[in-house]
Order: sequence, then C-alpha cells, then structure tokens
Amino acid sequence: MNYVFQFNVVWDHLPELLEGALLTIQLSATAMALGLLVAIVCAYGKSAGPPPVRWLVAAYVELIRNTPFLVQIFIFYFSLPVIGIRLTANTAALVAMTVNLGAYAAEIVRAGIEAIPHGQVEAARALGLKRLQIFRFIIIFPALKTVYPALASQFILLMLSSSVVSTISAVELTAITNSLASTTFRSFEFYFVATGLYLAMALGFRAGLGAIYWAVFQRGRTA
Amino acid sequence: MGRSFGTGEFLFLLKAIPSTLLLSLGALAGGAIVGLFVAILRIVPSRPLRWLATSYIGLFQGTPVLMQLFVTYYGLAVLFKIQVDAWPAVLLAFSLYSGAFLGEIWRGSIEAIPRAQWEAAECLSLGFPKQLWYVILLQAARISIPPTVGFAVQLIKNTSIAAIIGFVELTRAGQLMTNATFEPMIVYPIVAALYFILCWPLSLVAQTLERHIDAALGIKQHF
Repeated sequence: MNYVFQFNVVWDHLPELLEGALLTIQLSATAMALGLLVAIVCAYGKSAGPPPVRWLVAAYVELIRNTPFLVQIFIFYFSLPVIGIRLTANTAALVAMTVNLGAYAAEIVRAGIEAIPHGQVEAARALGLKRLQIFRFIIIFPALKTVYPALASQFILLMLSSSVVSTISAVELTAITNSLASTTFRSFEFYFVATGLYLAMALGFRAGLGAIYWAVFQRGRTA
Repeated sequence: MGRSFGTGEFLFLLKAIPSTLLLSLGALAGGAIVGLFVAILRIVPSRPLRWLATSYIGLFQGTPVLMQLFVTYYGLAVLFKIQVDAWPAVLLAFSLYSGAFLGEIWRGSIEAIPRAQWEAAECLSLGFPKQLWYVILLQAARISIPPTVGFAVQLIKNTSIAAIIGFVELTRAGQLMTNATFEPMIVYPIVAALYFILCWPLSLVAQTLERHIDAALGIKQHF
C-alpha cells in the first residue's frame, strides 16, 4: 500500500465543510420541528379521531415505515413535478424529511398517549373539559415526556439519514463533500472527515435535545 | 420519444429484487457474526473490552450509512490501489453497520434474562463462557427474534442507499428505468410498492411475535 494520505487538502477546505454541516443542522432542525407537529396531529387523529381518520393515519404510518427514505425523496423530487407540483431540491428534501419523521414519531407519540392512565382523562372529563382541551392540557405534555428518549433517537436518525438528500442535489454536508471529493481527487480523506463531522453533530444533537428536555420538562418542577 | 413503461420495464424492476434481498441477507449474516461479538463484548467483565464495543456501536449508530458506505468503498480502493467492485464494499459496509445495531439489540436481550439465571449457573460452577453458552444465550435468542426481524426491515430499506454508489438493486433499477422512460410518476411509486410488499409482512410478523413473547414473559400490554 503506497497511497499517501493528504489530509491538508481537507484542512484547506474545512470552512466549506463546516458551512455544509451548518446547512445539515438547519435542515434537520426544521424537519424535526415540523415532523413533531405532524406527529402530534396524527397521534391525536389516531387515538381520538373517527374511524376514517384513524384508518388514514394508519395507512400513512405503514406506507412511510415500510418504504426506503431514498425512494420517498425521489417521489417528492422527481415524481411530483409530473402532476404539477414542482419543488426546489432543498424544499423537496425538507418535505420528505418532515413526512418521514412524522410517520415514525406519530407511532412514538401515540405510545406515549396510550401510557397515560385513563383516570386522568376521566378526571378531566369530570371537570367539564372538552376533547381538544383534554388533549392539549392533560395528555400531550406528560405523553411527550414519557417518550422523549425515543423521540430524541428518532430525531438523530433523521439527521443522519439527511445525508442521502444529496442525491437530489439538495445542498448540505454530503453534497458539499461530494463536490470537494470529486474536484480534489481525495475522496477517502474528505469522506473520512465528513463522517467525523456527522458523529460530532450526532453527539451535539444528543446534548442539545437533552438540554431541551431539561428546559421543557424539568425546570421549576420538584418531582 | 423514448421507451414507455411496459411489461419489459416492470420485469426489469422485478429482476432487481433478488439483488436487494441477497444484499440484505448477506449483510444480516455478516452483521450476525459482528453483532454476536459486539453483544458479548458489551457484557464481559473486562472494562476496556466493554468500552471498545460501546465505541464501535457509538461510531456506527452516530454516522450516516451513506458515509460508512463511501469510506468503505474508497477505503478499499486505497487499500488495494484499484477501484474495487461494488459488491464487496457494499457487503462489508452493511455488515459492519448491521453488526452495531444487532449487537445492541442482542445485548438488550441478554440483559433481559433474569440475574438469577446467571447466579444459578455460577452455583453449578460454570465459568463465564459456559454460563453464557449453556444457560443464557438460547433464552436470550428467543427474546431477540422480534427486534431482529424489525431490524431486517430497516436493513432492507437501507440497502437502497447502495444505489448511490452505483450498486444495481431495486432502487438503482428504478433510477435506470426512470432515465430510460422519463416516467418517474409511474416508476418510483412502483418501486415503493415493491419495497412495501417486501417489508410490510416482516413488520407484521415482528409485531405479532413481540406480542407473543411479551405475553410469555408477563410484560403488561398497553396497546
């Protein structure tokens, strides 16, 4: 083996890589927020909606969870323009990530909702709260708290899988790494460093999500 | 005008399914070997060995599969000074990836075995390897079946990522047919449907088995 590793090329392009990492963080964070919203709405629909809504949510969840993310991206970016819905690469990526996360997170949130003791709901009903009020004030907060670790893992999986959106020319860390690797012919070095950046982002997200948990669910509480 | 999407094109997609399945099975087999080592290293008495296995899992669960694929692909190219065939690189990358996930799943199964089983084995003056082999592993294997099947679904979906480095499987076949027919609105939904047909039954099996085993272990059912 007489290949000479040249990591100084990577070092020269580090600002561009970091910029890519920032784009990945922005894209993922936006998708996490929107995806959680979709998930909460779906979880509500599945646990309290009329049968057709339940059936629809179940179909959405099963369809997304049993097909590859890459194919979902292709459908949003390549197939939808045929029926007149034209999205830019980054928008298509964001939509695909949101739809994907929404399905996985909906199942997680639903599990949280079902873990709420039924007495809580009955007590709320006895106080005269309406359905949506019960969901908003009694159920959703403790439900999210219960399943928070699973949600956080799903968020991080989403951030990692965002690397495949580079295939539809969405700009983020992997896309920038691809172009740098092909112009400098230092593929191994660039991908190696980009992998390290993803690892750092995964650890960063884990710490950040932990901080959010503390700020939302723990602060000012004695129990 | 180019080709339109007909029976021949559909057959082309069908013929790509064996590659997807073969890659998934190969990676599952490779991952099983790696995963068994990882799971056992996670529970051995020696602290450095446990740390090694933990870092391995952290590394592969904290980086995108696409990056693992790129690093393996270009890493093998560097090692052997030639551009290698896609098969070995893809198989190696997916085996290492599966090893991390299976290792973690199986560690969980081993730890779900009651402590008293270990103690009873120790009372029979079996050493650690014999305790593991004769008493623990077979019981743990039963618990590990549902999550392992669940992971197989994840693996089948993730093998689509191999399409990005040009490995011809179902997703890549879909890309090729889209390029030939310019009909992404037909091709990608069919590709998604084919994945769904592969994955959904496995998902259902995993769910059913989980319910059975939870019932057998006396775990309270919420759903």
